[in-house]
Amino acid sequence: MSSDVAIRVREATKDYPGGSLTSGGVKDLLLHLPSHLRHRRQRKPFRALDRVSFEVRKGECFGIIGCNGSGKSTTLGLIAGVLRPSSGSVETHGRIAPLLELGAGFHPELSGRENIVLNGVLLGMTRRQVMERLGDIIAFSELSDFMERPLRVYSSGMVARLGFSVAVHLDPEILLIDEVLAVGDEAFMAKCFQKILDFRANGVTMVFVSHNMAAVELVCDRVALLDAGRLVAVDSPKPVIAEYRKSSRAVM
Amino acid sequence: MDVAAFPYYRDLIRVLVAKDFRVRYRSTVLGYAWSVLHPLAFAVVFFFVFKTVMRIEMPGYALFLITGLFPWQCFSNSLNASNFFFLGNGSLIKKVRFPRALLVLAGVLNDQIHFAISIPVVVAFMLCHRVYPSLCWLYGVPLLVAVQLLFTYALCLLVATLNVFFRDLERLTAIFTMILFYLTPIFYPATMIPAGFRWAFYLNPVAAIITAWRGLFLEGTVDLPCYGLALGFALAAFAVAQAVYGALEWRLAELV
Repeated sequence: MSSDVAIRVREATKDYPGGSLTSGGVKDLLLHLPSHLRHRRQRKPFRALDRVSFEVRKGECFGIIGCNGSGKSTTLGLIAGVLRPSSGSVETHGRIAPLLELGAGFHPELSGRENIVLNGVLLGMTRRQVMERLGDIIAFSELSDFMERPLRVYSSGMVARLGFSVAVHLDPEILLIDEVLAVGDEAFMAKCFQKILDFRANGVTMVFVSHNMAAVELVCDRVALLDAGRLVAVDSPKPVIAEYRKSSRAVM
Repeated sequence: MDVAAFPYYRDLIRVLVAKDFRVRYRSTVLGYAWSVLHPLAFAVVFFFVFKTVMRIEMPGYALFLITGLFPWQCFSNSLNASNFFFLGNGSLIKKVRFPRALLVLAGVLNDQIHFAISIPVVVAFMLCHRVYPSLCWLYGVPLLVAVQLLFTYALCLLVATLNVFFRDLERLTAIFTMILFYLTPIFYPATMIPAGFRWAFYLNPVAAIITAWRGLFLEGTVDLPCYGLALGFALAAFAVAQAVYGALEWRLAELV
């Protein structure tokens, strides 16, 4: 593998079982065991990704677009290593940080400060690293007045700010961003966006999943278009976005 | 597991335990009281039923109940919570890669800590009955906590994993816990079990653990056969749980 590749996805296929033996629970399994076994072969798995291949170079910002259910999040799951491909392979080189859906891993009864530590460690920092960056994280969130108050009194925008502030201080080599930029007010969004551009300037590899085409065009070097689990196109943003618009318009 | 990441895993367990701990003690004034009140309430009810109504012949029955109910409560709390160790953390499991078993370990550790800090309440009752702590506690207590932790962790790991695949397992766990409670010598002594059923005692890991605690609290002795029996069960349960979890771990993110 050449040293300038951060992510290599090769012929990756991901099937989800089409209703397994266990989905009805123990009771259902025991009561209907004979018919379960009879129909076992007939259940078709759902193919979320179908022989998808692409490479992301180090320092590149790689966008993934497509309609809902086209396989974007499954692709991110494979890269993050939380899902395993049914066939094919996924290799990654570098420390991966996922930007979570906002507020995941937060607890409403803990204070802002305690949530920063909890979330930072859940996302992959050691406690010491979080402590060292605590000041920066609080400053970035602009929520220092609320640090000692429980998260349940925060507005949803404030929770999002806190989540994003932790995530951008992870110091990742590969950053996975799944539609989380639509956070906070306009000023904070601009700040987040600037942070992403800083990451890019510093050579952080990014995989960027979004429905915001303006953002995709602005940040990404290359974009992949997924449709029903298949990779339709990989190219510079403009032509791929045009194709995505064309195909979604055809559906309408 | 990645050995280089051990300091990170240690931190992860620490923040997860700290989270549960803070949440439990912050949102309510009665935090500590709650973890003690539950087994105490049980003790009062059983004392009334068996000592006052059924008139069981047993000196020091109150202390006998308390020394059995506290460790039982610790075990059953973990077992009933174990259904949600994975299901309740779906958003994390789907996005972040870390050993998922740590979620179970943190949850079980939490109940062990609560048990440990409730031991002074047991000691207070002991002193009321003029029973005194013994020196063998110095090694007997940590050793038994370790065995109890291993066994509880193994069982909870198994339940937490299987519950992702069989969603109605939580109902079965509740029924199983209830049956186990009555079949374990908690509110009756093992010596009262008729000889014909005595073998069942040796098949019950929780009976061994509870009896070992009673040995420490009431007699001030380390009951080595019970320790050995409990450790044997704990190791066997751990082997089974680890095999099941190891085979199914990679599918958790698909199903939670």
